[in-house]
Amino acid sequence: MIGTDLLGIEDLERDSIERILHTAERMQEVGTRVVKKVPTLRGRTVVNLFFEPSTRTRASFEIAGKRLSADVVNFSPGSSSIKKAESILDTARTLDAMDPDVVVVRHGVAGVPKRIADVLAAPVINAGDGAHEHPTQALLDMFTVKQKKGRIDGLTIAIVGDILHSRVARSNIYGFTKMGAEVRIAAPPPMIPAAVETLGVKAFTSLREALDGADVVMALRIQNERLSGTYLPSVREYSATFGIDRKTLRYAKDDAIVMHPGPVNRGVELAHDLTDHRPGVILDQVRNGVAIRMAVLYLISGRPDRSAE
Amino acid sequence: MTKIVIRGGRVLDPACDRDETADVLIEAGRITAVGPSLDAADAEVVDATGCWVAPGFVDLHTHLREPGQEYKEDIGSGGRSAVAGGFTSIACMANTDPVNDDPAMTDFIIDRAEQSSPARVYPIAAATKGLKGEVMTEMSALKEAGAVAFSDDGKTIMDAAVMRHVLEYSKLVECPVITHAEDRRLVANGVVNEGPVSTRLGLPANPSLAEDVMVVRDLMLAEMVGARLHIAHVSSKGAVAAIREARERGVCVTAEVTPHHLSLTDEAALGYDTNTKVAPPLRSAADVLACREGLADGTIDAIATDHAPHAMHEKDLEFTVAPPGLLGFETAFAVVMDLVRRSELSPLELMRRMSTNPARIIDRPGGSLAVGEPADVVILDPEQRWVYDPVKGYSKSQNSPWAGQEMQGRVLATFVAGEPVYNVETGVLTGGVLS
Repeated sequence: MIGTDLLGIEDLERDSIERILHTAERMQEVGTRVVKKVPTLRGRTVVNLFFEPSTRTRASFEIAGKRLSADVVNFSPGSSSIKKAESILDTARTLDAMDPDVVVVRHGVAGVPKRIADVLAAPVINAGDGAHEHPTQALLDMFTVKQKKGRIDGLTIAIVGDILHSRVARSNIYGFTKMGAEVRIAAPPPMIPAAVETLGVKAFTSLREALDGADVVMALRIQNERLSGTYLPSVREYSATFGIDRKTLRYAKDDAIVMHPGPVNRGVELAHDLTDHRPGVILDQVRNGVAIRMAVLYLISGRPDRSAE
Repeated sequence: MTKIVIRGGRVLDPACDRDETADVLIEAGRITAVGPSLDAADAEVVDATGCWVAPGFVDLHTHLREPGQEYKEDIGSGGRSAVAGGFTSIACMANTDPVNDDPAMTDFIIDRAEQSSPARVYPIAAATKGLKGEVMTEMSALKEAGAVAFSDDGKTIMDAAVMRHVLEYSKLVECPVITHAEDRRLVANGVVNEGPVSTRLGLPANPSLAEDVMVVRDLMLAEMVGARLHIAHVSSKGAVAAIREARERGVCVTAEVTPHHLSLTDEAALGYDTNTKVAPPLRSAADVLACREGLADGTIDAIATDHAPHAMHEKDLEFTVAPPGLLGFETAFAVVMDLVRRSELSPLELMRRMSTNPARIIDRPGGSLAVGEPADVVILDPEQRWVYDPVKGYSKSQNSPWAGQEMQGRVLATFVAGEPVYNVETGVLTGGVLS
């Protein structure tokens, strides 16, 4: 077992990460069948509680749940409890009364999955909370790297972009560090979080230095509202200094892979020539996401019925 | 009127620099004698052996929520919670609804306090109309009505020219201007202290720099115009250093610090408990240490609770959305007793910062057990251990980061104007005693 809830990679031991990655390898096979379904979670109810709009992650969890034969219900109460005059904890209690078996939570504010987990009887999987964590994304990224490189231990991972606002960055920093990789981050100074070195990474403001000898280059999505303003002067300036293209990629190892959690702002984080030229890894990330989420759903909810114990 | 003798306690009276075992005699609401083995045959005897007897605490910074938000607190419930925490005088901030920016509102608060609060209540009026930071309030009329200080509190006056004029004008009424010093642009949407904790939590960060720069601005303005500035809830190392330096060069400044900024670090927020969300935010261990040192060396004059009740349904919201603030009265003494237990402050000096100094900052009675002074007295057990349960407290709200925790140091009894208003065994007397 990997614990009652999956709220973040920070809380996971290396053994648990390895167990999830190993389980995902077996789950991946299900997706290659003509009938992409196993009865593992038949009769279980998985609720996708998405306070923040999401199509990709929600679809990935939905497909993962359905391949395991769970009943998957999507519940999108809207993002603001101020507008609804209902607190997140009331929403959680309401949901709890319907006896779900697993609740997958996405919210724009850090900490909401944790607070919901505190009141829910059912296990909670964090599907992304504010700038805190996005554990299944990091797991699928680790899975993808292991698939492409055969290992994680000893690799150098460079994460480039808006680290400050990125839950993907935090989860990946925890995950790759625990798995024995060296993690570097590169960003314009306003987008580097305070005291980030306490997370066990080296911070760079030079893309060239960050990429030097890297095995994996992971570009993060820059949110549109941050493209101009007090964090960045302009799109052009960002793509000229931190955009990944064929030229800057030469700083990394020859066999370096380029990853992105999607959706890609083409021509901003990644040059057109790269996304068109080497699309494989980014789509593999998406494909692997389903296997990882199947593994997590299975490990969290696939145990024997607790009432029978 | 009752005649009461408090026998055999350790009398801690900072106003008279007295720290000795003695009796305290109360007659007709005033202290009439302090000394060993007083002759008081006809008086009701309160045995204080093994306890501390001190002037009632004076809180410069509270939110009583009346009028407008009585579901969180009202002047009566706030006053009851205050005396249960040993506070006999409390100053309340102007951010009610409507705002206390008009003499009629100040009158209303004082009337309500006389009817319903066992503690003395001193209104702090807004410095600018509607707390908008634009047009200053009628300070003369407000002072006439009973306002003891002027502050926009959490709505920090961002326009330096307005703050300059507020400080200048305050000289007319000889009242302190209280600043909640945080640059709101630097705070932006920050909700936890910027540092390793904000980075781990992934919550918007509020840098201590936002406090430092505003403290420095207000100190410079106060120095230039020669006004009395009081800095609310100092929480950063930089702010303590700036105040210390300003005092050395003769700026007329006083300052307060809260029990939470003296005891909790930002790591308290690691579980996303919104009861740890407060403004300014809980800061680093280095900041807490600087605040404790500043309180000990006299840079910071007073301990003030910033008692800020909020309803459960408001604190149940997302961390970014939940209102900042926490309950202060009933836990204050136990929390700050840690400074005495660690020998950072003597019992007498702690009492000075809880009562004598704050009373002098707002120039109101209290903070003294000298003969002839109003008998606002608190009896304390510095050792007693107890578990704090806000549900059983006197506030209408329960937002406390200390809920369920074991505390050490307890308020046993509180007297306001010689009347017993609180006793740990029997609870708080309801209604106002001053009417």
